[in-house]
Amino acid sequence: MSGHVVPRKVYYAVFAALLVLTAVTTAVAFVDLGPWNTVVALGIAFLKATLVALFFMHVKYSTRLTQIIVAGGIFWLAILIVLTLSDFVSRGWLPVLQ
Amino acid sequence: MADAMAPAAPVTTSQTGPSELQHHFDTPEQQREASSLGMWVFLVTEILFFGGLFTAYVVYRHQYPAAFAEASRHLDVTLGTFNTAVLIVSSLTMALAVYFATVGRRKAVMLFLVATMFLGAVFLGVKAIEYSHKFHDHLVPGPAFQFPGPHARPAEIFYSLYFTMTGLHAAHMVVGLGILTVLVLQARKGRYGPHYSTPVEMSGLYWHFVDVVWIFLFPLLYLIGRHV
Repeated sequence: MSGHVVPRKVYYAVFAALLVLTAVTTAVAFVDLGPWNTVVALGIAFLKATLVALFFMHVKYSTRLTQIIVAGGIFWLAILIVLTLSDFVSRGWLPVLQ
Repeated sequence: MADAMAPAAPVTTSQTGPSELQHHFDTPEQQREASSLGMWVFLVTEILFFGGLFTAYVVYRHQYPAAFAEASRHLDVTLGTFNTAVLIVSSLTMALAVYFATVGRRKAVMLFLVATMFLGAVFLGVKAIEYSHKFHDHLVPGPAFQFPGPHARPAEIFYSLYFTMTGLHAAHMVVGLGILTVLVLQARKGRYGPHYSTPVEMSGLYWHFVDVVWIFLFPLLYLIGRHV
């Protein structure tokens, strides 16, 4: 069986939101916000990815087990990036012992 | 498990043809959920596959922020934005192909699958144009790499990441086109309908995942350093 059939108007709404967010992220990139440029760019990218996952990829309508797998994947990605950065960012914080 | 589900078996066979329901599943619903779960486990490995490259990007951008911004300005933001829009439209056509598969509109499924393939091909075509510009401008890492100013070495690292990440992404697009070709041929035979549309749904997950990767690649590669 096909599980939950998502109404087409949901897809059109998500599609419109994705196009608008793409325009916004491109426009904002040309405005100098200092370090906030990266924050805004990544925030919009996460928002777009969440919309695609929840609605186009049906995570919102999936079983709890599938949702846990998805969340687990993102959590492991966070471990990969955060632990790697904790090394690179903290280098030089402590004096080197001879 | 099997004995508990036994009474449901005759109902199952009437809903789904015996060719679709494999013998090791009790119900079509169970089979579909197993497929969905398995596909997501695969996609999680893909998240971490690309995640390694994103981590490398974060580490080197942290180390050489100015060089990354300068190198990024040599990418074509117009073509990048255009391709982002193309992929978003292709995600919509893929989602609609899944929709029409689940409601059993054979012609519409084929139409939207072919539309998705066309948009995928447009994306790859634009990517090829961009790559050829980079070869022409000596921005391909290697002995011929040339970059004006003091940031030549870290800029080469940026372009190594650019080609690896977009190249791996493009390889996924090519695989996606192959999968969609099979789907079109199967849909033509009328294999998908309300009783069975799992292959279209799972391929949709793959296609959307590739779109999500690009959603992150686009700002991280094309848009840093535009404001300087």
